[in-house]
Amino acid sequence: MFFALPLVNMFISSFTDSDGFTMNQYKTTLTSSYILQGFKNSITLSAVSALVALVVTLFAVYAMMRFSDPVRERILVMINLTSNFSGIPLAFAFIVLLGNSGLFTLMFEKWGIDAFSSFSLYSWSGLLLIYIYFQLPLSLMLLYPIYYGIQQQWKDAAALLGANTIQFWMKIGIPVMLPGIVGTFSILFANAMGAYASAYALTGSSFNLAAIRIGTLLSGDIFAQPELASAIAVLLGATMISAMILSEWSIKKTRRNL
Amino acid sequence: MKKKGLPDLFLFFLVLYLVLPIIATALYAFATKWNSTVFPEGLTFQWLKVLFQDADFIQAFGRSVLLSGGAVLLAFLFIVPAIFVVVLYFPKYEKWMQTIVVLVYAFPGVILAVGLIRTYSQFGVPMILAVLGAYVISIFPYIYQGTRNSLRNINAKQLLDAAELLGASKLQAFSKVLLPAVYPGLFVGALLSFSILFGEFVLINLVVGSRFETVQIYLMEKLSTSGHVASAVVFVYLVLMGILTLAISILTKQSKGLVKS
Repeated sequence: MFFALPLVNMFISSFTDSDGFTMNQYKTTLTSSYILQGFKNSITLSAVSALVALVVTLFAVYAMMRFSDPVRERILVMINLTSNFSGIPLAFAFIVLLGNSGLFTLMFEKWGIDAFSSFSLYSWSGLLLIYIYFQLPLSLMLLYPIYYGIQQQWKDAAALLGANTIQFWMKIGIPVMLPGIVGTFSILFANAMGAYASAYALTGSSFNLAAIRIGTLLSGDIFAQPELASAIAVLLGATMISAMILSEWSIKKTRRNL
Repeated sequence: MKKKGLPDLFLFFLVLYLVLPIIATALYAFATKWNSTVFPEGLTFQWLKVLFQDADFIQAFGRSVLLSGGAVLLAFLFIVPAIFVVVLYFPKYEKWMQTIVVLVYAFPGVILAVGLIRTYSQFGVPMILAVLGAYVISIFPYIYQGTRNSLRNINAKQLLDAAELLGASKLQAFSKVLLPAVYPGLFVGALLSFSILFGEFVLINLVVGSRFETVQIYLMEKLSTSGHVASAVVFVYLVLMGILTLAISILTKQSKGLVKS
């Protein structure tokens, strides 16, 4: 009732205007270069941040696996703590570090490093850093059990049969893990697509993302257009669902190949 | 050694990247002046004091606790029994539960906010109730996973059968045998849900706005007025999250220990 009904209603409302049924909302959405650009930004930002987080955590989890159990547990607890650190508090922490008078900003100025003078937290690259930040813990939590599935016995067996480490990962490890990795990627992607608070706290509504567009159309900085917001929300939802379906499909496919 | 060194380096940087913002924010919350030097000029408790003397903050904190706690409580009253029944007696309906989980993941707050506004603004239902309802649903995945795992871990079905064979009534078997066994798992789910809702901003901001000022909205306002107070808010928030996370990890260990013994 609090979930299905609003979604159905939103779907209906995306096809309506003051005189009943219409496709205009979608027409507006798909012809407005501004909204399309917002989608493009969202998709690129989500894909890049998901990819970076995935690659980093793949190595990091591999490193973690060689520690003893208690140490691993401790790292996990700490990562768990950071996984709740998102949205507005996170945006603020980054302002402290990299904002206009942030800690690092001042430090680089002091040392006369100009390479970062072109960097702005309130732009694409700053948002990317924040998105990567909240993707990392999630990615780690999702990959950790997948690594667990690679048993030591397999490694031993492969080694006995004369495979070296690289051969083991290429022929056994990675193929076994691939479905999980693809699934993780699509969850990360969806996670970033729906993120709103961090970007909002950082750039208000000036940076063009699909989620931010929905927010502005709803709360009406200029004038509220809930129907148009509905249309964008439906399209955003469709993107999410496609990401989920894609991951399911790739998982099935990889399983068949094994 | 080089081969081993690279992943370790990745891990080191990952941990560093995750911890640095937290340390910086905490430092900022205790710094006297810190806008032209690399390190703070002095340390003080002043900002935390200002924060805790601010009635607005105390009220916002109370509202956050009330809203998140209320949603968790409602979920436990209505959803947990349903999960019990489905997992124990109607496993074929678990498909539906899984579907709900996927749906919740697929439709984030931004999308849900649109739907809520479109639906409930016409009926004159107070929006805060609509948000509360949406909260209850949005923590479903965490509660469902937690409940299902603890039921599986203890072989709930056999446990109940055994209790009834030994002469316990259905109700007794439930309250004396099953509940104490799954309680830690449920509690972990509750804590996790609470901490997630506590950080929720999108729904409350878009649907209700400043009419119901939670900690997150209070923080958003403070961002533009006082950096130090804002960092004090984040610090308090982090301490709370830290306590919750520790509690969760300790409880998880305990419940694992229960199963092993």
